[in-house]
Amino acid sequence: MTPKHLKLAGLEPLVVKPDSNFINIGERTNVTGSRAFLRLIEQDDFTAALEVAREQVVGGAQIIDVNMDEGMIDGVEAMTRFLNLLQAEPDIARVPIMIDSSKWEIIEAGLKVVQGKCVVNSISLKEGEETFIHQAKTIKRHGAAVIIMAFDEDGQADTLDRRIEICKRSYEVLVTTINFPPQDIIFDPNIFPVATGMEEHLTNAVDFFKTTKWIRQNLPYANVSGGVSNVSFSFRGNNTVREAMHSVFLYHAIQHGMTMGIVNPTMLEIYSDIPKKLLSYVEDVLLNRRSDATERLLNYAEEVKGSRKVKSKDDLSWRSQSLQERITHALVRGIDAFIEEDVEAARLDVERPIQVIEGHLMNGMNVVGDLFGSGKMFLPQVVKSARVMKKAVAYLLPFIEEEKDGKQEYAGRILLATVKGDVHDIGKNIVGVVLGCNNYEIIDLGVMVPPEKIIQTAIEKQVDVIGLSGLITPSLDEMVFVANELERVHSAVPLLIGGATTSRAHTAVKIDPAYGQSVVHVNDASRAVTVVGQLLQNDASDKYQKSVKEDYATFRENFAKRKEHKTFVSLPEAREQKFTIDWKEYQTVVPQQLGIQCIEDQDLSVLVDYIDWSPFFRSWDLHGKYPNILTDKVVGEQAVSLFEDAQALLSQIIEGKWLKAKAVFGLFPANSNDQDDIEIYANEDRKETMHRFVCLRQQGKKAKAKPYYALSDFIAPKGNDDYVGCFCVSTGFGTRELADRYEENNDMYNSILVKALADRLAEAFAEYLHKQVRTTYWGYAPEEELSNESLILEKYRGIRPAPGYPACPDHLEKNTIWELLDVSKSIGVELTESLAMWPAASVSGYYFANPDARYFGLGKITEDQLLDYSQRRNISIDEATKWLRPNLND
Amino acid sequence: MYNIRKIVEERILVLDGAMGTMLQSYDFKEKDFRGTRFADHKIPLKGNNDLLSITQPQAIKDIHTKYFAAGADIVETNTFSSTTIAMADYGMEDLAYELNFESAKLAKEIANKFTEQEPHKPRFVAGSVGPTNKTASLSPDVNDPGFRAITFDELMQAYKLQTEALIDGGVDILLVETIFDTLNAKAAFYAIDLVKEERESTIPVMASGTITDASGRTLSGQTTEAFLISLSHVDLLSIGFNCAMGADQLFPYIQRLSANTDILISVHPNAGLPNAFGEYDQSPKEMKELITPYVENNLVNIIGGCCGTGPEHIQEIASLVANYKPR
Repeated sequence: MTPKHLKLAGLEPLVVKPDSNFINIGERTNVTGSRAFLRLIEQDDFTAALEVAREQVVGGAQIIDVNMDEGMIDGVEAMTRFLNLLQAEPDIARVPIMIDSSKWEIIEAGLKVVQGKCVVNSISLKEGEETFIHQAKTIKRHGAAVIIMAFDEDGQADTLDRRIEICKRSYEVLVTTINFPPQDIIFDPNIFPVATGMEEHLTNAVDFFKTTKWIRQNLPYANVSGGVSNVSFSFRGNNTVREAMHSVFLYHAIQHGMTMGIVNPTMLEIYSDIPKKLLSYVEDVLLNRRSDATERLLNYAEEVKGSRKVKSKDDLSWRSQSLQERITHALVRGIDAFIEEDVEAARLDVERPIQVIEGHLMNGMNVVGDLFGSGKMFLPQVVKSARVMKKAVAYLLPFIEEEKDGKQEYAGRILLATVKGDVHDIGKNIVGVVLGCNNYEIIDLGVMVPPEKIIQTAIEKQVDVIGLSGLITPSLDEMVFVANELERVHSAVPLLIGGATTSRAHTAVKIDPAYGQSVVHVNDASRAVTVVGQLLQNDASDKYQKSVKEDYATFRENFAKRKEHKTFVSLPEAREQKFTIDWKEYQTVVPQQLGIQCIEDQDLSVLVDYIDWSPFFRSWDLHGKYPNILTDKVVGEQAVSLFEDAQALLSQIIEGKWLKAKAVFGLFPANSNDQDDIEIYANEDRKETMHRFVCLRQQGKKAKAKPYYALSDFIAPKGNDDYVGCFCVSTGFGTRELADRYEENNDMYNSILVKALADRLAEAFAEYLHKQVRTTYWGYAPEEELSNESLILEKYRGIRPAPGYPACPDHLEKNTIWELLDVSKSIGVELTESLAMWPAASVSGYYFANPDARYFGLGKITEDQLLDYSQRRNISIDEATKWLRPNLND
Repeated sequence: MYNIRKIVEERILVLDGAMGTMLQSYDFKEKDFRGTRFADHKIPLKGNNDLLSITQPQAIKDIHTKYFAAGADIVETNTFSSTTIAMADYGMEDLAYELNFESAKLAKEIANKFTEQEPHKPRFVAGSVGPTNKTASLSPDVNDPGFRAITFDELMQAYKLQTEALIDGGVDILLVETIFDTLNAKAAFYAIDLVKEERESTIPVMASGTITDASGRTLSGQTTEAFLISLSHVDLLSIGFNCAMGADQLFPYIQRLSANTDILISVHPNAGLPNAFGEYDQSPKEMKELITPYVENNLVNIIGGCCGTGPEHIQEIASLVANYKPR
């Protein structure tokens, strides 16, 4: 028999056992208890309201109480909406919900939207047994626990006897009449204020304690809860006393068997920190020990002042450990302050300096590798470890070179390169660092590396593995090309494939058949270590390589015979069912400033507020949403540390003007035509078409009445005045120089950091500029006031899709934007032969102002559209196929 | 009347395998799905497998027969999607009662035939209650996380109708399965509880959840323990997991369930994980190997197969579990 404990659940379980600590219920998401929360709900700011809930959970609440009982609020609607939104936040929804209301219909509404096991707060015998039974039965059917108030037809229990009488009766009705599970009953025997000056209130706390004890002894499995802050009601305004009272009350209530309660953790003093005198005065009041207790506490209250604790200095106790332990500690923690000193000590200890690397340092790095491999260390930490390692090696190098044969023995030599036409290298650099940590020698050829250079280097340096990286779709073809070239020169070196657009499917179907050696798709740094290890292991390597080859062959065969039933509509059909806007009803807003404008030197500090940090953490393999990620159980500590480093570097960048931000954008008269083009006119008479955006239309079959989108649907056809915009921003000027400088100092960590920050700044700039366009330059939303969070959620009117992304996967559109805005000349952002932007930290795209404009994914298209597209773009079908390959249905 | 509650204490019961996988081999075309009765229906009906209980009843009966012959003690009715909600895609909301009733009836007919021939091994029918194609805890619109495509009350009404029709059709058990959103399931159990109260029925009820990936959580984000606790108010014959994973991947979660409850445990895994094209390659023998630890460790009471399993899989499972005691 599993024991009868109160068990609750959000996304995760909460079991209240006899030996459980006191369960803390968060109480700030309560409109009757928190004015701030009430204001948020009244102002319809549910985003901020969710933050209140999040703070509670972060602050340690194990259940959160939600209450929407306010005359001016539609409680059913507010409860439903808030709880629905809350379910979408896994870090909040992990705890159980307490649905708190005095109105039955609000309680029911709450029960209908939460999947976990909730607590209803509360029902009572106030309206008689019949109502009580009906409500309890419904609660049971919904699978919730319930708080029973000590309240009956005659009113609220305010004496010990009445409390016991009502609790006993409630329990019997529930357990015997409707078989309510006794462990799911939680009594609230009323916490009332003490020290009010009224005789009948003197025993309020004592009576609560006694009732609690009685319940725990006489009503099997039932629990006890209560709202603690009531007890100190008469000391409002004196937090020192209130905090002490709450703490002392809880101490005694828990002793008597109280299992959970509503407590504001910020209004709670640590019991042992309460000054002795205050403690005894408070206890006198709560336990009703002296007749003058209230007066003495009131007098004392004037004297007490709060005290703040001082945070202890950084702990340096590890410095007293053994040499190896110190080196390991420094590597694991990424502390470089003492590493030269320690390495020097190690050097004097051994015969040859190389032994420090092979011994002390590798021992430490093995610990790092193990911790990383088992998920106990995270990428940014490993990169910091590498920095310490490099610093140590750099220190030892002169000593090693002094003696002959002092070369370091590597586990293998690995060539890494971002392929021709592509400029993205953050992921590749991280893989390089992590492999470097595992004692591989890394030859990093950088970005935009032509195939002949890759092959030449591979041969000359006799590398053991080649790793290719790329982010944009044209790089996929480039990788196939490199594989073909490697085959042509009969290379015997295994090939690793990585980068955002690469996939196991593409690797298996397109790259692997081109090359006789192993080709392995690796998309995260920790797996790279395993894969390289297996590829290069002495005896079993052949076997592994063979099995990889076979795996990919099987994958390929299955891929070929796959019976995917994805159906498509023809292009004419899709156009027939395009997304339609009632243009007669639509009020076109004429841009305030038509034509092209340039921003030569944008102040970076303005952009900081527009940064979306979540992708920044993702680029370091730390997954989670900012800011929640900072308090995440698993990666939180690491995220905070990374974030602090990023903030520090960011302020240096801004103060030192290390990066330069530029932008060019234009707003033009435009109309759509019947072929899904957007025609851009030289001027308002709309006669001379300067350029055309060639849009692609969705063709994957949809449910009836659902439209097939193309971006041109958001621009009015001829006969209605409309406008379109496009832009390019970059914050990448100076990134490479800065990164190079860090790398020269063996600081890969800051090198990667600076690139990741530049990427974020570019996105922030795009966001900022879009806002300026909406509110000023175009000015169709002059009144807009949105928080950064809302910006990230794209809650504004209009969209800014970018070529190369789902709504418009066609990179060739960048050529049009470049010609239209003369991007290269005006701000110096160039396009590579694969149409990647250089510097890498650049963003380009279009502006659509229509309120119905939305982001969509193009998906696959069929041959008829490919043909139509090649004619519209005036290129050969072969060339069209090359650029649209990832979106062609094959 | 045979009492399943007693029988399940004596031996491990075998549930059938996949219906959809079996139907694929018939390669029914649009016109086969329609039959004469729905020849003029406005919406394409191909893929509406539950409709085959009406338009191709012989195929459904044959499949039930094959599973019973393979040694299954319980077959599931062909009603996984027979709710007004799931049928709305085909414009067949009004057919929900009939679908459930007819599916139950024809499954029960086959079951009775087998029970008559082999009275020592009575056969049972479980009314399959699927999750519907909508989730009450998740928004289908990423830009509007507070939005819900379906409400608890709508689900509850749909499930109530399904429950009534299945019971009217004669099922012995109700099986709420492939639970990916516990709130949907709570609506189903709420409805079942209402029907049972109205009819003073004691029909046994089974619950089977689905762990979507290696995170060990349901689609709606609950851990195994949270899932179990959230359904602890239901008077269940058994609780378990099905679908999404193979027997080897499901093992730790069944262990966890087993450690946390006194309710009987069921499992009906897929034939391994699908390959990149959604096909299942695990052979009956392979699946048997992977099932063995369940019975050796005394973890289950009811066991069968989900996606990708056929009568050969069930035969292997039946012959395996005959040698072991239930949990």
